[in-house]
Parts: sequence; C-alpha cells; structure tokens
Amino acid sequence: MSTFALAGNPNSGKTSLFNLLTGSRQRVGNWPGVTVEKVIGQLKGDMKYTIVDLPGLYSLAPISIDEQIASRYMIEEKLDGIINIVDASNLERNLYFTIQLLEYGKPLFMALNMMDVAKEKGLHIDLKQLEERLGVKISSTVARKGIGKEDIIHKLKNEIPSNAFRINYGEAMESLITELEEILEQSSMKVHYSSRWFAIQFLEGNLVIEEAAKQSGIYEALNKVKERVEKDQQLNASQVIQNIRYQWISSLLKEVVQREQIETAQTLTDKIDRIVTNKWLGIPIFLAVMYFIFQITFTWIGNPLLDLVDGFIGGTLSGWVEAGLIVINSPDWMISLAVDGIVGGVGGVLVFVPNILVLFLLLSFLEDTGYMTRVAFIMDKFMSKMGLNGKSIIPMVIGFGCNIPGIMGSRTIEDPNERLTTILMNPFMSCSARMPVYALFAGVFFANNQGLIVFSLYFLGIVMAILLAFILKLTKFKQSESVFIMELPEYRLPVFKNLLLHTWDKGKGFIRKAGTIIFSMAVLIWFLSNFSFQGMVDINHSFLAALGSFIAPIFKPLGFGDWQASVALLTGFLAKEVVVSTMMVIYGTGESVTGLSQMIQGSFSALSAYAYMVFVLLYVPCLATVAAIKKETASWKWTFFSIGYSIGIAWLMAFIIYQVGKLFI
Amino acid sequence: MTLAECKVGEKVKIESLHMNHNQQRRFMEMGILPGTEIEIVRMAPLKDPISVRVRGFQISFRKKEAEQITISH
Repeated sequence: MSTFALAGNPNSGKTSLFNLLTGSRQRVGNWPGVTVEKVIGQLKGDMKYTIVDLPGLYSLAPISIDEQIASRYMIEEKLDGIINIVDASNLERNLYFTIQLLEYGKPLFMALNMMDVAKEKGLHIDLKQLEERLGVKISSTVARKGIGKEDIIHKLKNEIPSNAFRINYGEAMESLITELEEILEQSSMKVHYSSRWFAIQFLEGNLVIEEAAKQSGIYEALNKVKERVEKDQQLNASQVIQNIRYQWISSLLKEVVQREQIETAQTLTDKIDRIVTNKWLGIPIFLAVMYFIFQITFTWIGNPLLDLVDGFIGGTLSGWVEAGLIVINSPDWMISLAVDGIVGGVGGVLVFVPNILVLFLLLSFLEDTGYMTRVAFIMDKFMSKMGLNGKSIIPMVIGFGCNIPGIMGSRTIEDPNERLTTILMNPFMSCSARMPVYALFAGVFFANNQGLIVFSLYFLGIVMAILLAFILKLTKFKQSESVFIMELPEYRLPVFKNLLLHTWDKGKGFIRKAGTIIFSMAVLIWFLSNFSFQGMVDINHSFLAALGSFIAPIFKPLGFGDWQASVALLTGFLAKEVVVSTMMVIYGTGESVTGLSQMIQGSFSALSAYAYMVFVLLYVPCLATVAAIKKETASWKWTFFSIGYSIGIAWLMAFIIYQVGKLFI
Repeated sequence: MTLAECKVGEKVKIESLHMNHNQQRRFMEMGILPGTEIEIVRMAPLKDPISVRVRGFQISFRKKEAEQITISH
C-alpha cells in the first residue's frame, strides 16, 4: 500500500487529475476552493495505490479552514509521496508552493498541468531543464481533457527518488536555520520530515508547526532565537525567505521558459470582464443571469418536461399498477398502498426530476466558466456592508442547488465570523427540494405569473438571508478582521461531458432520495393516514388527522389551519420534497400532480397558498442540512439557533403576508 | 503613495506592505511582494475591491488592503 497526496495551488486541476486517476467523479469547477474536504480514492485498476485529493494551497502555512485541512494532512500523515500539480500557465506562483513541498523532503514528482493554456499564452517550457534544476521528474498533462494519465501512473508505480533540494537563504538566515534545527534535534520531538523544513516553516509563522513546537515545549526556545536574530540583523525572517524564493524562481524561469511575444491586445477574458464587471452593467447582468436560470428551469424547459413525466406516472404507470393488482386479486388496502401511497407519494416527487436536472446543469455551467469569482468580485462591497464577504456569494448560489454543499463551501472564507454567518444564512437559499412545493402551488394559484411568483420566493429567501447576516453583524459580530483576497481565473469553456456527468450525479442523488427517504415516508404517511387505534379508518379519523389537528392551530393565523397542510409541514422537516409527497398521499388524489392541484384549490386561497410557500421556503430546510450546520459550526448552540430562528422567521413572514394581504383582498 | 491612489491601467512597482502578519504572508505567497510590478486592471462596480495583474494572473483585493501597500512608478 502506498499513499500519494495531490497538492497544488487552488484551481490548478487537482480534482480533475484525481478523477482521471481514480475514475471518481468529484466535483470540479473554475474557481479557487471547489474542493474543501480531503477525498480519498484508489488508483483505477490497482488497489495498492491510494490517492488523496486535497483542498488547494498557496503555502503549507494555512489560514482558512479548507487550507488547514490540507496542511494538517500533509504535515501529520505519513505519505509515501506527493504529486505536485503545477499550473503551467502560472508557473511563477505555483513554483513558490513547489519549493515548500521540496523542502518538506518527501519524494515528489510534478504534474505540469494546463500545458494547452500555457501554449496559448506563448510559453515554451523546457521540461528537461526544469527537471534538472528542481531535481524531480515531471509529467506534462492536460487533466481536464484526460491527457498525461499513463505517464503519471507509470511514474507512480516506479520508485520516486527523494530529492535533495535546497535553496541558500543567505548567511544570516542559514545560521539562524541551523540554530533552530539544533534546538529541534536536541529536543524529544520526533518529526518524520526534514528538520530544515521545520525550521524554515517556523520562521514563516506556520500555525501548525508553532502548535507542534508548543506541544513539545520548545516553542519558547525557538522563538527567543528567532526574535534575537531578527533584532540583531534588523530583518524580517519570513519576508527574507519569501523574497529569496521568488528571486530563485525568477532566475530559474529565465533559463527554462521562453516567452513568445503574443500581441498584448485584449484576451478573451479581458473582453468578457469588461462587460460582466462593468460599472453600470455588472450587477444588472448578475441579476439577469439568475433570473434566466429560474425562467429556464421552471417555464421554458422544466415545466413542459414535468407535464410529460406527470402524465406518465400519474396516468399510465399508476393505471398499470392498479390494473396489475386487480388482476392478481389484491385486497383493496394493498391497491391503496401501492397506488395512493407509493406511486402517488414517490411519483409526486419524481416528476420534478426534469426541473432539478435543468437547474443543476445551469448552475454547473456557471461554476465551470469562472463567472462565480466575478460575482464575488462585483458583490464584495455590498456584502461587506452586510457583515459578509464577496466569497459568501458562491456558497449562496450553490445553495440554490442544495444547501449542504453550500454550507461546506463556506470553508474558504478566512474570517470565522463571516464564515459562520455564511453558514447560518444558507438555509434561506431556496434549494431544489423546495421546487416541487412552489411548482405545485404556483402552478395552481398563479398559473399566469408562475415565473414571477417563484422568483419572488427566491428573492425573499435572499433578503431574509442578508437580513440575518445584518442582524448578526449589528449584535454579535461587531468586530471583524475581514479580508478579501481572491484569484480571478481565466474563463474556460466548460467540458460538456463533465457538465452532463455532474448533473447526472446530482439527479441520481435526488432519485435515490426519492427511493429511500421519500419512499419510506410515503409508506409511513399512508399508514398513519389510513389507520387509528380502531384499525383502518376514514382518513379524517386517522392518526395523522389527530396529529395534524393538534398542531393546526399554530398555523391558523397564517391562513392554512387545516390538518393536512399542517401535517405536511411536520413531515417536511425530514426533507422538503416530502411536503408534496405527503399531500399526494393524504389528499389521496389519483396519483397525479394534476389531481392534487384540484384538491388543494379547495383548501387554499391564492393568498394562503403564497403564505404557505413562504413558510416552506423559510423554515428548517431538512434534517441533513441541520446535520451539516452542526458539523461545520461544531456548535449545538448555533445549530439550535438556526432551527429556532428559521421556524420563527417563517411563521412571522407567513403571518405578515397573510394578515396584511387579507386587508387588500 | 499607496496602491489605493492609483488609477485603472497604471503599472506600478510595490515598495512595501504594511498589514498584519497573516495578510502580509498571504499577499506574498500570491506573489505580491516588494519589488513586484503590478498593473491595476479594474475596479468593481461599487469602486471596491480592485483587481490587479501580477506575474501573469489576476488577483483582487479590497481598497483597505491597497491602502496598506505603498508603491512607486
């Protein structure tokens, strides 16, 4: 068994290479910070080799949470080797990280990635000479397109020589480094990496190294030496190290890179940026892009497909099931369970698969182009006024697909308060699981303005999210050491195959959920709605009716006080799609969404339907999201705050809308 | 003169960085350090943050940080 870590700058193509080597389908995108968790996989076809994909790093000294995960893994785990991915089109900065990896002293080889982009930029890299100067083997790759895989596998399976790389940091620094190394060697601290690297990282202020030194009780001694030399020599050790590294790199690049003069006229990226970050157009374009995503998802492509699927499941399929069961003489209750419970409950959610696929396809496209970083750029000023960060925009948009990756994506935000705020506001971003509810109610009560009504809900969610951020800023997080430093990558045309695969994976997840959670809930709800302690009874005397009637008074002032609507909210706590599937089962409506539409017209008015949608939008998204919040905040206090706040605000907003609306209608 | 006072399109040389240790380290890791030549590429619609080109790639940060970077022409 050998373990290799993939390490490199953010957005250099680590995950593309990981997918290529392991045959996995981890999410890739075009912005720094797509990967926020380490992912472990096996080399395709050879289980002896383990590959670990890590979040991107600019150095081994971490700042944000995703960086801490990567650095700690690199520093604390015993790796057999490192595959250093280097963006060939951005060599200078990428090599800065390479130097640190080389100093670390583990066997390493380099995947020089994005060679196609480098060529377009007119860069000719002398691989042989680069190999010689760095003392490592290099494979040239275009991971996104699958080029260079065999060469890497070949190198993996052959012995990777350990390297003896060393930069001379000048007389004063070198004697300081030696002095620190001696302190380490005389202590009881055992390290599995080079002691020189330890000394250099200590001088750079690497948090992980400082912690390790503190634990071994040598921190004071190390720090005293560092402070003494810095004072005597009038230098800043970390600055000197960084300067010398860049000097070293620039002299190296003079030897190995030939830069062809490509006319410096505007690149495509510049041209696009001129428009999408334009003073007047930038923000309107972003809003228009979001609006079009919803229009396409609901009105233009999603809903026509939905009608097709609904017609099939509600008409043809449930007809077959019923006919089949009658033929084999099934009892009535069995037919009811199969047709009303299972086909109805699960089918009621499955019909939304087309909308969800379309939404995920569009969001993936947006993420893959590189546009999301521009949104962070143009929105940062506004977001910082709200106690957030431009980077918070990315988890928010991802949250439209699903809140869980949105919440995890907040790890790239450096400031802890901003990160926490970004996590807590994410449940208000209207995820795809809420779509079935909107599609159902908006389709029935607002058939002519469906797009507009749904857009208003998304918008309300955003407003509530920002309001929460603002409240937290005013009350809890008054002081913030906020920073915004972000690389703006070049635009890339998404690889169509990757888009489809990613969309399909998301769609599969949704279908799996329909087959597991929603299926079992449908059966449970069917049981609860058909039975009481007296046995099988009329639905209005069932367990579910009793439960619903018990909580219904809470919702009476919001306009939807009947037990069916209340119960659906309760079961919706598991997952929001269950709201619709519960309704399908308890209104027992002949298994199609069209049938359900007619039923709810009797129970809701347009106003109360809108209030109901607002409540569904704002209250706790689902159990899995709550679990994600707990994991990411590592705090029960904030988790309960999130649950309580969202239920409270949902009730309040639905109350205001219904009561104020009643005055006008 | 600080970077915040420069106009879009100007090419300048970094003299020094005056910010807290972590931020300074991050700027340097990303290639912005004394002696580096950078070009101010654009400003966000609300005039903040700015985006600069350095060593062939684009990076954006806020005016607040730009004020802590002194430059020369």
